[in-house]
Amino acid sequence: MADEEKKEATRTDEAPAATPAAPAVPSAPAARPYGRGPGGRRPGGPGGRPGGRGEGGPRKFFRRKKVCKFCVEKIDSINYKDVRLLQQFVAERGKIVPRRLTGVCTPHQRRLTAAIKQARNIALLPFAARY
Amino acid sequence: MTPAEGTGAIKEAEKKMPQQQRTYEVMFIVRPDLAEEETERVVSTVESGATAAGVAVKNVERMGKRRLAYKVRKFHDGVYVLLTVEGPGSAVAELERRLRVAEPVIKYITVRVDEEQKRLAKVKKIRDSKVRQRPQTAEAAAGSEPTPATA
Repeated sequence: MADEEKKEATRTDEAPAATPAAPAVPSAPAARPYGRGPGGRRPGGPGGRPGGRGEGGPRKFFRRKKVCKFCVEKIDSINYKDVRLLQQFVAERGKIVPRRLTGVCTPHQRRLTAAIKQARNIALLPFAARY
Repeated sequence: MTPAEGTGAIKEAEKKMPQQQRTYEVMFIVRPDLAEEETERVVSTVESGATAAGVAVKNVERMGKRRLAYKVRKFHDGVYVLLTVEGPGSAVAELERRLRVAEPVIKYITVRVDEEQKRLAKVKKIRDSKVRQRPQTAEAAAGSEPTPATA
């Protein structure tokens, strides 16, 4: 019994040990130059100087890390018939929204693009909307 | 005539190599200004044409009248029909030719779906196995979760 408890204790110790390592990863891109376009994203976490590591909540631009909708919601099939789904990734004028704005991961964007193009072909989505 | 030659060529191709059975989705749009029974007749002729072309019609889904995203042959609406079909590629090509010739059909698209279905089945399998593994590793609430039933 006692042994088991110890094991569990060590396990719980390991789990938090892993989590502090995780924020270290997003902090690396934060060292990038600030001058990125309007679409440029700075991953979450306090952006900036290594000195200013306050816990006082979000400073400057705190941008939430974008996540791939398909990965998070576990949408497996991106079908050309699912107009509702595809429409979320099409701009007002009918353009496919780039990955850097939507946060969709590369494999899913590839499938998404193919599906949108098929939907356009059968007049479910416009090639160019409203002139 | 050309249609006879076309089918002849298909038969020759069939002799050369064994034809693979593949699943396709054929979606086509029928012009909207036809009466209900006429549209129905068009669908049934396409269906019989598909069997004549050498594909097995698995399912016919009438998706109803929808607004088109852009003008097609001066129509703003169209009656969408989805045909799920199984057969070799050459036969599907013949079906496409028939659709192109059919006057009331204003647009069509053929999509191969069997590989996508295979991929989806694979993903589902992997996900199911992960779901089954997770209760074992977590050791918590393994029995109470009805995961195999939902999966």
